[in-house]
Amino acid sequence: MASSSIPAGAHGASGDPTRRDFLMVATGAMAAIGVAATAWPFINNLNPAADTLALSSIELNIAPIKVGQAITVKWRGKPVFIRHRTEKEIKEAEAVKMSELPDPQTDNARVTDTAKKVRPEWLIIVGVCTHLGCVPLGQNPGDPKGEYDGWFCPCHGSQYDSSGRIRKGPAPKNLAVPDYLFTTDTIVKIG
Amino acid sequence: MASSHGAPPVFNNRVIAWIDHRLPIFSYLEKEYHTFPTPRNFNYFWNFGAIATVMLVLMIATGIVLATNYTPHVTMAFDSVERIMRDVPQGWLMRYLHMTGASFFFIAVYIHIFRGLYYGSYKAPRELLWILGVIILLLMMATAFMGYVLPWGQMSFWGATVITSLFSAIPVVGDSITTWLWGGFAIDNPTLNRFYALHYLLPFVIVAVVALHVVALHVHGSNNPLGIDVKGPQDTVPFHPYYTMKDGFGVILFLIVYCCFVFFAPDYLGDAANYIPANPLVTPTHIVPEWYFLPFYAILRAIPDKLGGVLAMFGSIGVLFVLPWLDTSRVRSCSFRPIYKWFVGLLVIDLFVLGWCGANPPEGFFVPLSRVATIYYFFHFLVLLPVLGKIERPLPLPPSIADAVLKKKAG
Repeated sequence: MASSSIPAGAHGASGDPTRRDFLMVATGAMAAIGVAATAWPFINNLNPAADTLALSSIELNIAPIKVGQAITVKWRGKPVFIRHRTEKEIKEAEAVKMSELPDPQTDNARVTDTAKKVRPEWLIIVGVCTHLGCVPLGQNPGDPKGEYDGWFCPCHGSQYDSSGRIRKGPAPKNLAVPDYLFTTDTIVKIG
Repeated sequence: MASSHGAPPVFNNRVIAWIDHRLPIFSYLEKEYHTFPTPRNFNYFWNFGAIATVMLVLMIATGIVLATNYTPHVTMAFDSVERIMRDVPQGWLMRYLHMTGASFFFIAVYIHIFRGLYYGSYKAPRELLWILGVIILLLMMATAFMGYVLPWGQMSFWGATVITSLFSAIPVVGDSITTWLWGGFAIDNPTLNRFYALHYLLPFVIVAVVALHVVALHVHGSNNPLGIDVKGPQDTVPFHPYYTMKDGFGVILFLIVYCCFVFFAPDYLGDAANYIPANPLVTPTHIVPEWYFLPFYAILRAIPDKLGGVLAMFGSIGVLFVLPWLDTSRVRSCSFRPIYKWFVGLLVIDLFVLGWCGANPPEGFFVPLSRVATIYYFFHFLVLLPVLGKIERPLPLPPSIADAVLKKKAG
C-alpha cells in the first residue's frame, strides 16, 4: 500500500483510520448496497405473481355430503379435504390426550371457522402431507385410513387421526386448517 | 510437469501458424492433449472421465434438439413430449437418447467417483480437483431432477413436490423458500417454466465447471492405479495417441451398452407412472425417484424426523467435500491399503443396499435396514476413514511407476 508518492500523513502512523480508509469502506458499502438492490428484483421476480395470488378463495355447497362421506376440492392448486365426520370420529378426536400429540392442538380448535363458529361434524383441512407434500390417502371408501381413523400418507408412512393431526411417521405438523367461513348452514367459503 | 516437452510446437500449416501466433489454441491442444505426459499404467477405470465428457456433449446435443419441439406449459407439456415421440421425425430417438443418456451419464460419473475413492485420487495435491467434481455431481443432480419434471407425468409432478418440499424443513424461512421456488402455492405452471429455464442453463454451467476440473487436473496430472507420483519421463507416455486410443475404445464399448438400452429397453430405467399425465389431486401409491437418486432418497427416509432426514440427505453429499481431510492415510491407492480396500467394497455394497431400500416402500424390514445402511454410510466417512488411516499398515510402495510396470511384465 505505502508508496513514495503518497505524502506523509496520508496513512495513520499506527494503523489509525485515515480519510482514505474511510473512503474505501464507504465505497465498498455503497457497492454492496447497490448489488443487493439490483439483486432484489431478480429474486422477487420468482415469487408468486398477482394472478396466482388472485385465485385465493372458493365457495362451495356442502349440503350433499352425507355423514361419513368426504370430498376433495382444489384450492390454490392443492387438494382440500372436507369430511363430514361421524359421531365415532368426533369422539375419538376429542378424547386424545394433548401429551400424545407431536403437534398438540385440540380438535375444537381445528373445526372452528373464522367467525369462531364451531361445527365438529365438518373437518376442513389442506390435504397435503406436512412431510414432503404428498396427498394422504383416506378420502375414498377403500383407502387405508391409518391406525387413527384418519389419513395415511403413502409416500413416507405418516399417519393422521380423524382430526387430521399427525400421530405417527416423519411429518412434523398436523394437516393445515385453511381459513374458512360458513356463510350459511350449507355454504362454506375457503380462503 | 512436462519439463521434457517444454519446446513450443512448430506448425507447418501457415493458416494454423497464423492463428496460433494470435490465439494459441493449437499450442494449447498440442500441450494438453498430445504431448501431455500421462502415467503409463492406467487401467480401464481411467476411461470414465472421457466417457462422462462424451455423455455430457451428447446430453446437450439431444437436449437442444428436444427443446425445439417441447412446450413448457402444464396443459401442453405432456402432449408435446408425446408428439416428439410419435410425430416429430426421429423425435423418439432424440428423447430415448436423452432420457437413457441421463442414466448412463450417472453410471459413468458414479464409476468415475468410485475410481477416485478407490485409488485415493482426492488426496493432495488434488483436493480442489475432487471438490470441483463434487460440485459437478450436485449440478448434475439438480439438472436431472428438473429435467425429469418437464414431461409433466405423475412422477414428474410428485417427485418435484417431494423434492421441493425438502426446503420447507428449514426452520422459520422454509415455507417462504418453498413458495418462492414454486412461484405459487403448489407445483404449477410457474414452476414448470422456471425448471425448464434452469434445465437449459445448468448443463452449460456444468461445462464451465468441467473446464475448471480439467484445468485443475492438468496442473499435477492424473493419479494412477499405484497412487504414487510420476518421477520422470520413464513413468509416462504422451496422452496422444496412447490414451486417446484407449479412451476412444472405452467410449465405444460404453456407447454400445448404452445403445442396447436406447434401442431395446428405453423405458427399463424409467418409471411407467410417468406416462400418466400429472394430477395434482392424486399421489401415486408409491413415489420413487430415478434410480440414481435412490440411495440418497433412502437416507432421507431413514431418519424419522423431517429436518433430520433432509440434513442427512444433503450431508451424505456434503461429506464428500471434506473427504480429502477425513482420510488420514498417506497412501493413495487401495492396492496398498490391505484393510481399507475391503471397506471401500463394503461402502459400494452399502450404497446398493440403500438403493434397494429407496426403491421399496418404507415398511417392514426396509425401515431398520435403511437405518443401518445410513449409519454405516456416515460411519465409513466420519469414523472409519480418519481412524483407519492412523492404524492401518500399508503395503510397501513400489519405487516408481516404470519399476512396477516392468517388474509386473517380467514377473
